[in-house]
Amino acid sequence: MPCLSAKDITALSKAREGRWRPGLSSQPWHSEIFASERDASGAGVALALARDALRFAAEGHDPLAEPEDRRQVLWVQDRRAVQRGGRPYLHGLPDELRHRLIHVEAATPEDALFALEEGLRCRDLACVIGEVVGNPRALDFTASRRLSLAAEQHEVALWLVRLEAQADLSSARMRWRVEAAPSEQPEWNPDASGAPAWKSELFRASRHAPGQWTMSNDKRKLRIRQSDITRPANSNSTATPDIGHLVRPTVGRSLAAVARV
Amino acid sequence: MAIWCARLSVDRWRLSLASEQGELDAGEGADANPVALITETAHGPRIAAINDAAREASIRAGTMLADARTLYPQIQTAPADPAGDLALLEKLAVWAQRWGPWSALDPPDGLLVDITAAAHLFGGEQRLLADVTTAFAKRKLAVRTAIAPTAGAAWALSHFGRTGAQPAIIHGQGDIMRTLIDLPVAALRLDSDVLTVLRRLGLKRLGDLADITTGAVNRSEAAARDAFHRRFRNRKSPSANPLIRLDQLLGRVPEPLLPVVAPDMPLVQRRLMEPLRHRSLLDQVLSDLAKDMARSLEGRGEGARRLELGLWRVDGEVIVRRLELAAATRDPAHITRLFEDKLEGIDAGFGIETVRLRASWAESLSHRQGDVEAAAERHGTSLSAFIDRLTVRLGPQAVRRPVPGASHLPECAQNWRPVLEPESASQNAFAFHQRPLKLLNKPERIAVLYASPDGYPQRFRWRGNVHDVARVEGPERIAPEWWRQKSTVRLRDYYRIEDAHGRRYWIYRHGVAGDGRGGAPDWFLQGLCA
Repeated sequence: MPCLSAKDITALSKAREGRWRPGLSSQPWHSEIFASERDASGAGVALALARDALRFAAEGHDPLAEPEDRRQVLWVQDRRAVQRGGRPYLHGLPDELRHRLIHVEAATPEDALFALEEGLRCRDLACVIGEVVGNPRALDFTASRRLSLAAEQHEVALWLVRLEAQADLSSARMRWRVEAAPSEQPEWNPDASGAPAWKSELFRASRHAPGQWTMSNDKRKLRIRQSDITRPANSNSTATPDIGHLVRPTVGRSLAAVARV
Repeated sequence: MAIWCARLSVDRWRLSLASEQGELDAGEGADANPVALITETAHGPRIAAINDAAREASIRAGTMLADARTLYPQIQTAPADPAGDLALLEKLAVWAQRWGPWSALDPPDGLLVDITAAAHLFGGEQRLLADVTTAFAKRKLAVRTAIAPTAGAAWALSHFGRTGAQPAIIHGQGDIMRTLIDLPVAALRLDSDVLTVLRRLGLKRLGDLADITTGAVNRSEAAARDAFHRRFRNRKSPSANPLIRLDQLLGRVPEPLLPVVAPDMPLVQRRLMEPLRHRSLLDQVLSDLAKDMARSLEGRGEGARRLELGLWRVDGEVIVRRLELAAATRDPAHITRLFEDKLEGIDAGFGIETVRLRASWAESLSHRQGDVEAAAERHGTSLSAFIDRLTVRLGPQAVRRPVPGASHLPECAQNWRPVLEPESASQNAFAFHQRPLKLLNKPERIAVLYASPDGYPQRFRWRGNVHDVARVEGPERIAPEWWRQKSTVRLRDYYRIEDAHGRRYWIYRHGVAGDGRGGAPDWFLQGLCA
């Protein structure tokens, strides 16, 4: 076993710290997800990430917040996205989003961008999901920058699903490329498909190192398939599996308070 | 002032031809031949309106087209358009407000304009009538106009007055009967059955009717008058009761008319539990009212130019104070301060029980842009404001919410409703089966390779690509809804499948082989799973 210098260890731990995992407290406000229009993996990942972020927000900080999040979720599709991929289906949506979805079908990408930006400016929305096909001229760097700024100013998160699009210039804080992955075997029926899984590649992120995971939305929770956790790019030998939190994150309470008890 | 567009439909028909044949005056071009505008009735086409040439050919409006054809076989026809006529009349009514502040429709082809205290602006009533005539002549519409103290008299004069040299103007209340005494009773705007009754009674002119209702010289005339009153005693509708109509024509009872543009004034009031006797309390009420008024003006995007404050006293007196403002404002502090000066030395008597503030003149005053935008910048917009913005730009059909529908068929199990509509009660769906995340607009046909016709699919082609089926769950059979659909509709067997790359779909086989409802069953792809 090769020895690791102290320098290597600090670099490694930093890199691991920087790696993305579900349930992070600081989710970026604007993410892009590149996906194929031949399946619903883009929308599935967007919904899974959104639920992950919302769950964390609900666990959270604000003691005055309502116990149940009743804010609406906005889902904007442009007309081509509706034609190619269909509309969201009520009975297939996650339970907690089923009764608070606002769907906008915009005729053009310009209208879709308008709806997205208005949604980001609305304080009564929990999050915004958008689906735009291709690389329309309206969705250039300026437009994505507008969306980023609006999202960050009003603290409404946006997941923009780009169907069949090239990853051109954009100001999204996290950019994913996802495709469907074979699901795990469900418990009872080995022939059936199980909880949805996606091969997802985080290829651009402002705070995290890029990486590849197989995410699955199992038991209503987003998680990373253990076998597929990749190692940090710079270490090729040390097999240190990411076993998640060793210590529970101390969010919203002080360690001293616990010690006193 | 009453304006009667005597041949509105024919004029409109002629003007509609103008695009083909250029501007036409009456009696030119196609209008030179007899033309009848017809409506389809249960008994065949009936003539609704005719032009002058047709009138000369002794054709009358209201006859059947077949009868008219026997009189004059070459008559040409065009379809009548009463809805279009009414739309034009509405436009004309708004346009006619150039002569007075207030106008009302008089369907099917008349207008009433209130020119009280406005005639001098046109140089007198005669000049006003001349102006109306020239203005309508420019639009190539034939009109007859009249001015009278009451709407009924003006209507009668315009429809039935003699077309002569002198303008149709009645100057005073007393002149009405003198001028109109010779007009037929139809000038009272009565229903046709009432006209029949009057004709049978021998009452043909307004003068006859007026004699009966007022002057009784001897016993027999008095008896006739009583009988006449009894005859119409139960008729409450003015158009069914000649006596009410006559009184309206003479201005003895008011005749409410519906104006085209109803002025809707912001009005706020406070009814007080204890009558106010002290000025300080009144100031408090006034400032509350000013705040209410500011709020209602703000909602309309207006500012007040003239305000009326009414104070109802316990002893029945009403004190009114008016205030005119230089520029539209809705600043409550400003309004309160101005009224405080006006209320100096007011006599409260036994107390004031109701205070009302009315903005009888309001002008549009846009919201101050900076403030609103700054607030939106800081706090974000509300949900309703957000929905409004979206619906204004994208249309109401674009912004919707899925709600469950009472159906087993997947595409009918969700309906799209407006977002802010209250959610209707619905039964929870059973969660036995997983449904796809997205449903295609229309199921798309796929070519499927299977081992046996009722077995699992093994491979399918969708949108040009071939998918190998790796896992299948199903079938889930959804039978047609026999209480809604025809008996020949085929059932569906749904399969939730995953292909070799992990892409998950929801497909179904439409029918079963040998179900007697068509040939070999087709396969469709309906949903995309997450």
